[in-house]
Amino acid sequence: MDIIRYILRRMVLSAFVVVGVTFLVFIVAQVVPSDPAALYAGPRPTAEQIEKARQELNLDAPLPARFATFATAMAAGDFGISYKSRRLIAEDLKAYLPATLELAVFSTGMALLFGVPLGVMAAARQGRWPDRLGSLGAIASVAMPTFFLAMLLQLVFAQWLGIMPLSGRISREIAISAPVPQATGFLLLDSLLAWRPDAFADAARHLVLPALTLASYPAGVAMRLTRSAMIEILERRHIAAARALGLPSGRILFGHALPNAMGPALTVIGLSFAYALTGAVLVEIIFAWPGLGRYVSEAILAKDFPVIAAVTMVVTVCYVAMNLIIDIAQALVDPRVALT
Amino acid sequence: MPLSDTTPLLEIRGLSVTIPTPEGDVHAVRAVDLEIGRGDIHGLIGESGSGKTMTGMAMLGLVPKGSRIGAGRFHFDGQDLRQQAGRLRGRRIGMISQDPAAALNPVLSIRRQIDDVLRTHRDLPRAARRAEALALLAATGLPDPEKVLRSYPHQLSGGMQQRVVIAQALATGADFLIADEPTTALDVSVAMQVLALLRRLVAERNLTVLMITHDMDVIAEACDRVTVLYAGRSVETGPVEEVLNRPAHRYTRALLGALPDAVPRGARLAVVEGSFDDPDPEGAA
Amino acid sequence: MSRLVHRLGWPGTLALFCVLGFVAVGILAPWIAPWPAQGAGAPNVAAKLTPPSADYWLGTDHLGRDMLSRLIYATRISLSNGMLIVAFSLLIGLPVGLAAGYFGGWVDEALMRVTDVFLAFPALLLAVLMAAALGPGFLNSVIAVSVTWWPWYARLARAEGLVLRGQPYVEAARLAGVSHPRIILRHILPATARPLTVQAALDVGPALLTAAALSFLGLGVLPPTADWGQMVDAGRKFFPDRWWYSAMPGVTIFIVALSFSVLGDALRDRRKGAARASV
Repeated sequence: MDIIRYILRRMVLSAFVVVGVTFLVFIVAQVVPSDPAALYAGPRPTAEQIEKARQELNLDAPLPARFATFATAMAAGDFGISYKSRRLIAEDLKAYLPATLELAVFSTGMALLFGVPLGVMAAARQGRWPDRLGSLGAIASVAMPTFFLAMLLQLVFAQWLGIMPLSGRISREIAISAPVPQATGFLLLDSLLAWRPDAFADAARHLVLPALTLASYPAGVAMRLTRSAMIEILERRHIAAARALGLPSGRILFGHALPNAMGPALTVIGLSFAYALTGAVLVEIIFAWPGLGRYVSEAILAKDFPVIAAVTMVVTVCYVAMNLIIDIAQALVDPRVALT
Repeated sequence: MPLSDTTPLLEIRGLSVTIPTPEGDVHAVRAVDLEIGRGDIHGLIGESGSGKTMTGMAMLGLVPKGSRIGAGRFHFDGQDLRQQAGRLRGRRIGMISQDPAAALNPVLSIRRQIDDVLRTHRDLPRAARRAEALALLAATGLPDPEKVLRSYPHQLSGGMQQRVVIAQALATGADFLIADEPTTALDVSVAMQVLALLRRLVAERNLTVLMITHDMDVIAEACDRVTVLYAGRSVETGPVEEVLNRPAHRYTRALLGALPDAVPRGARLAVVEGSFDDPDPEGAA
Repeated sequence: MSRLVHRLGWPGTLALFCVLGFVAVGILAPWIAPWPAQGAGAPNVAAKLTPPSADYWLGTDHLGRDMLSRLIYATRISLSNGMLIVAFSLLIGLPVGLAAGYFGGWVDEALMRVTDVFLAFPALLLAVLMAAALGPGFLNSVIAVSVTWWPWYARLARAEGLVLRGQPYVEAARLAGVSHPRIILRHILPATARPLTVQAALDVGPALLTAAALSFLGLGVLPPTADWGQMVDAGRKFFPDRWWYSAMPGVTIFIVALSFSVLGDALRDRRKGAARASV
């Protein structure tokens, strides 16, 4: 079975990649910074404090031993403690990861929701104004700096029109007077589980602008990929055959051409997800979104390397897993992928 | 209705199709006369580039964008195809595409591909559509229609795929089918079966068929009448036996001469001179 | 001129002039900035946060410095940031990719697995980690982004190397006993250089966007030197009341990135057209 061999091969490669990623994170977070012990020891440390920190951090051990310690800790989900807050990083991640994933999932959905139909339209009206307009929008969305777009959206929808909340994940009134009980950490899901339609609507409204910001770039990419895939597919014989059978053009576009273009759409999911995970660093600061991005940006200012390393590890592993899933899905949709 | 029986179902006089390209106009069809009676299988033969496929496409209203269609008369059952082709497509005029492997969508199940046609042209509830799809597959001589319905194109042989394509054309409910090279992609024995199937369906279902082909064997095997196309013009028409046995036009003779069966072993095959861009090649006029 | 429009189309031509214009502005900064001293960072507190006016066309920042002059000086930093990122990345990616493609076998396998590790990171995140480890500063931010950037060139170069390895003239050179480094230097590198340089030139746009994101996070150049991303961040405190502070650098980044992207499309279309014409 080619597909099974392919899947196994991809899984083994991904495992190697994760080991490599761990090594790289270890080097950058523990070896490159000039003196982690001084940072660990707290503000204005004495020489003894630094020496104690060196021992606690095991900095005097040889590199391979340090890496082994680091890797086994990571594998066990033990990310150490934050230099700054002295809290367990694993605990913080548990609190922040769902918020970021929620954002990433929604922006990915939005990117597909806008990008794919626009790409189909543009392909159907190739060279005419919907195509031109769509292509222009796609190029613009790729060139727009995320952080600036976030500010523009805030300006227009929150300040001028006042139809969207400026920032945060939920309104203060709800958070204080009647908080949603935490079950999964995904606020939308939790408010549904607790049957709190008010909280659900409020959380959804808070989600719109940050998700839209993160969706803009991948939506542009989705539009362009879908467009070129559709143009190629619409030239194929079976589309001409479907036309000759008198099928309406809408059904030909969406029912008979789009399914063949699913490959690029899957690619976009991966890309969009990755973009959302990293763009979150910028967007979460601006929208005061309590997720990994804001967590890591605060850690950057404090030179809190264990936190930066932990976030990088977790997000990258999410990303590698996502890519693996997409590769497998692609092989299942189109068995020819597995042969290459 | 004796009157409608004598008037031809399809009547074309002096059809021309001109396609504009950046390099200038291409005269894909120059002057085609075609008359097809009800219940006939009418062959349209010519080499590639002779305009036979474009003639069929014009009847379906599927010429390339910007093309100009000119005709003295371009009528299907009393309706002018210049205006009505889009409306008749799928309702009265169906199409059996060439190369079934390419004509079927590789990522959709056969059920979807037949059901979509039924959904478009017949107002039937879901269950009835499924029954109809099964009946159509059975009518095309496919064994185990249930299994075929669940299959994807690549799981079927070429002959089976062609039968599915025929079932799709039947599903439209059209009474006039344009079969574009329906056997080219198949090997000989399967091709003969498919032609026999078409003959049977025409008889059973009161169909009329325009058989587009470059293959004299197909004409001889399946057709009642034949029109010979050369360089965008119809050069000869008549009952098949007559045209095959006493070809009046030099080009038809050349075409018959190019038939491998008619040539003694070892002899060189005849080459047809002239090109389709050349309106009046020497000897063809 | 009309030949240029014919080749690139008018959007491509416009984009090309935009890019060249910004390069010129960067080079000529001290001569064209209305307030050169302020552009370089000298405060002018009396005029702080002035809206756009006749004196200060694009307004002033929180230290009263002319936004236009700051932007003009920042152009130097941001453009050279983008260019250096691409240059550094080529410097690493090209040899790695060519070696992988040319030698094949285990060399290829080993080098490409390393490349895969770098590509496995969401790019900005690795750059952030790297920049945080190195500390802020111009060169450090260039290095941080380059670390995430070079694998793409390694992949491109590898593909080229694979193709060129099989070329008859390369095999002839090998049979004639020419050494591997010499073959790579003499035959493979020149043939790869052209397509890759075009790609790299166009990547200055996205590279500059990434660098701007780093500066926005406080990981780029340190004040009083300015670059566009840092200016957007500095203006955030005064947004939206003093909208010009963030908006001017934001729009500038957008225009530059857009120009690179449009130019890239125009060149790609042209190559496609050329390929079709030659078939």
